[in-house]
Amino acid sequence: MMTRRFVLATALAGLTAVLSAQQAPDRTHPPQPGPPPALTLPTIQKRQLSNGLPVWMVEMHKVPVVQVNLLVFSGTADDPAGKFGVASLTTAMLEEGAGARSALEIADAVDFLGADLGAGTSIDASAVRLHVPVARLAGALPIMADVALRPTFPKDELERLRRERLTNLLQARDDPPTIAALAFSRILYGPAHRYGTAMLGTGATIAAFTPDDLRAFYAATFRPANTALLVVGDVAPDHVMPLLESSFGSWTAQTGAAAHATLPAAPEPARREIYLVDKPDAAQSQVRIGWIGVPRSTPDYFPIQVMNTILGGSFSSRLNMNLREKHGYAYGAGSGFDMRASAGPFAASAGVQTDKTAESLKEFFNELNGILQPIPPDELARAKNYVALRFPGGFETTGDISRKLEDALVYHLPDTYFSQYVQSIQAVTAADVQRVAQKYIQPGRFVVVVVGDRKKIEPGIRALNLGPIKIVTIDEVFGPAPSIPQ
Amino acid sequence: MAAPKIEVKYTQFTLPNGLRVILHEDHSVPMVSVNMWYHVGSARERTGRTGFAHLFEHLMFMGSGHVQPGQFDEWLEAAGGDNNGSTENDRTNYWINVPSNSLELALFLESDRMGYLLDTMTPKTVDAQRDVVKNERRQSYENRPYGQADITLGELLYPEGHPYHWPVIGYMPDLTAASYDDVVTFFKTYYAPGNASLVVAGDIETETARTLVERWFGDVKPGAPVEPMTMPGVALAGVQKKTVTDKVQLPRLSLAWLTPPHLAPADAALDIVADMLAGGKNSRLYKRLVYDMQIAQSVSAGQNSQALSSYFLIEATPRPGHTVEELQKVIDEEIARLQNDAPSQHEMERSFNQIEASFYNRMERVGGFGGKADQLNAYYTQTGDPDWFNEDLGRYRPLSATDVQAAAAQYLPLGRRVELVVMPEGSK
Repeated sequence: MMTRRFVLATALAGLTAVLSAQQAPDRTHPPQPGPPPALTLPTIQKRQLSNGLPVWMVEMHKVPVVQVNLLVFSGTADDPAGKFGVASLTTAMLEEGAGARSALEIADAVDFLGADLGAGTSIDASAVRLHVPVARLAGALPIMADVALRPTFPKDELERLRRERLTNLLQARDDPPTIAALAFSRILYGPAHRYGTAMLGTGATIAAFTPDDLRAFYAATFRPANTALLVVGDVAPDHVMPLLESSFGSWTAQTGAAAHATLPAAPEPARREIYLVDKPDAAQSQVRIGWIGVPRSTPDYFPIQVMNTILGGSFSSRLNMNLREKHGYAYGAGSGFDMRASAGPFAASAGVQTDKTAESLKEFFNELNGILQPIPPDELARAKNYVALRFPGGFETTGDISRKLEDALVYHLPDTYFSQYVQSIQAVTAADVQRVAQKYIQPGRFVVVVVGDRKKIEPGIRALNLGPIKIVTIDEVFGPAPSIPQ
Repeated sequence: MAAPKIEVKYTQFTLPNGLRVILHEDHSVPMVSVNMWYHVGSARERTGRTGFAHLFEHLMFMGSGHVQPGQFDEWLEAAGGDNNGSTENDRTNYWINVPSNSLELALFLESDRMGYLLDTMTPKTVDAQRDVVKNERRQSYENRPYGQADITLGELLYPEGHPYHWPVIGYMPDLTAASYDDVVTFFKTYYAPGNASLVVAGDIETETARTLVERWFGDVKPGAPVEPMTMPGVALAGVQKKTVTDKVQLPRLSLAWLTPPHLAPADAALDIVADMLAGGKNSRLYKRLVYDMQIAQSVSAGQNSQALSSYFLIEATPRPGHTVEELQKVIDEEIARLQNDAPSQHEMERSFNQIEASFYNRMERVGGFGGKADQLNAYYTQTGDPDWFNEDLGRYRPLSATDVQAAAAQYLPLGRRVELVVMPEGSK
């Protein structure tokens, strides 16, 4: 079926061109698209190493580069109570000493190969990621394996990263979007829930971590049974499997499943509340409005994608058209559901000019209320097409594909997920969109965070009568300013 | 490893109205990118109208003769497309990425705004985007830590009247002053097909794409030729020193030098100098300031290549308890060391290998900013040859360690540079 449509499209395009080359173009109507091009999804080849480590591979032979990711199914959400930030610091320390190599030796070897090697943690996973010219893969894999499998957690390097991270935390207090995002999470989830604290942790936790904390977290999570390898790029599986086997196949140090933290359920706010963070003389107010959204496993995933595209997920979305194009209050406005293993936040957001802060809040709520009403058919069709038709373009680079594979693994997406994606979007109905809007967008219970010049914006916000107003200090958002050991 | 050979096949032709066109096939995903460069940027602005080239860029998305306001984005989104544009000192670029079955829609929209922009332009449209751009300035400069200093840096490097003196984003009173008449004049002067180049790249058949480009751009009227910019040479006579304050926790030191333009001799050597100073943990400044002494939170270095005059910039942020003076002392020691002794062959090889790998990485994506379509247009604009990838890469490997040393010695004099310090408000 797809092939027939593709052939037809080619024939039609040729015909149009021949007919029209002789005449001035008809500009009275936009040219209509041909039938959609055939979507050829990359084939995922699944194998495993002798120690059971699963390997997912996608061949791409356009550019002689390869991406290799060692993906561990534990992230900051698995930080134990009192140790918020340990996952992030543990992963960062992997490159600071491993096997027989020092931090400087690792960096020199990687840079000399023209490779990019990085270790990082997200909320639901950690990874060591390598991007390298394929001719240098054999040289880079043993270094990557040292970093992932044989970290040494040197005390001096920990002290250095500790000071660096405490300074990062100090500098975060300068940046209004960072303040707004963290304040929003803090207010929704509270200090006890992992989602209510920065991924880095707090000044107190960062100051207290010991090498043993890092070793304990590493031992509990970096194990073959909690890990997968991804290879995307200009390699043949039969050629690359022996290389992977020799670097990762004998990894058996820790067996058994990793312990995963269970996050407490966070209650939704019961009523609308406004939180002001004072940033004297700020030229704009950073606004976040929303509540706790949905987990990645939500059965409403596709209707939510469509609904959010209409509300604030594209340039022509309602929030952007209103706050930017109609009123000029902002450079841009949008909304998004941050989906994680547990329910992450939904937020509508913008930076708005200080003297239009109250007016902007009014328009935000106009749109948040408006999305609860039936969606006009052409707007619905546009949003569905926007999400569905651009989907094939998301498989272009080794990085694009490896990120999609990571999502599939971390969130246990079904094998048919990618091949069914376009159909799943196109199947969303107006009734679906209205149902999920009414379920997940409840403006009467939304938390509003505004980071701006309180003296100038508070009277206008009060006059809107949106709900009780609370003043939040920067220290309440971040904890006290950290002191950095010399 | 032998230096990679990168080949980007293309077809090039010029329309009767003067529009230069470059086509490139890449069928890896069923997408097409339509990438247009206009050879005008903020350097062409006149006094009292700074920021205008960028404001104008915003107006290019607001509809044209056969496209009502809002339809540009609505139609592209309905086709699964994305689009954006950007303005620099020397050029303004626009791209539209669409699934390949909507190539003709993208060509229609791109040609309509080139041929018929003024048909729907009104003073009200200008006012609306003026407000948006002012908020872009607030968000990206005024409300961003150290953002104001980034504007000050250009003012210190280039004398008043030099077209790189003012920021691309412009000054607020000038944005307020921009008028509808300015829009008409600017469009007629700089947005003619003869002052632009178009790349269509991705999932296309070259012959079909050529026919479609001829069809949609053929009726765009030619304009008067644009005189090339002539620029008096600039030089710093001594140290230009300035301290400004900002709402930040930590000070920041910026050291900047005027350096040869993009692709001039020494431009590539200065890229290597930058990498040796601050690229990676073993680079000289990072290793001493951040890794060994731990008196800096961060340090960066870069040769910022531009068409008329480049600048080399080193920035460093001290850790709490340390000062910019401590950092500057070490930075100057390391610059002097590079000026006095040629770097090791290991450092040279490390830089070459990273640069070569970066050329591969740039081949992965077709559309958007920095994709192959954008690169073809950039090379065409800068050299007249769209497929200048190998020539560009070939600038680096032949450099010797003494070339790098000489570039540092000639272009990074400690006595002729800008020294800009940002201090936290209220600090002494």
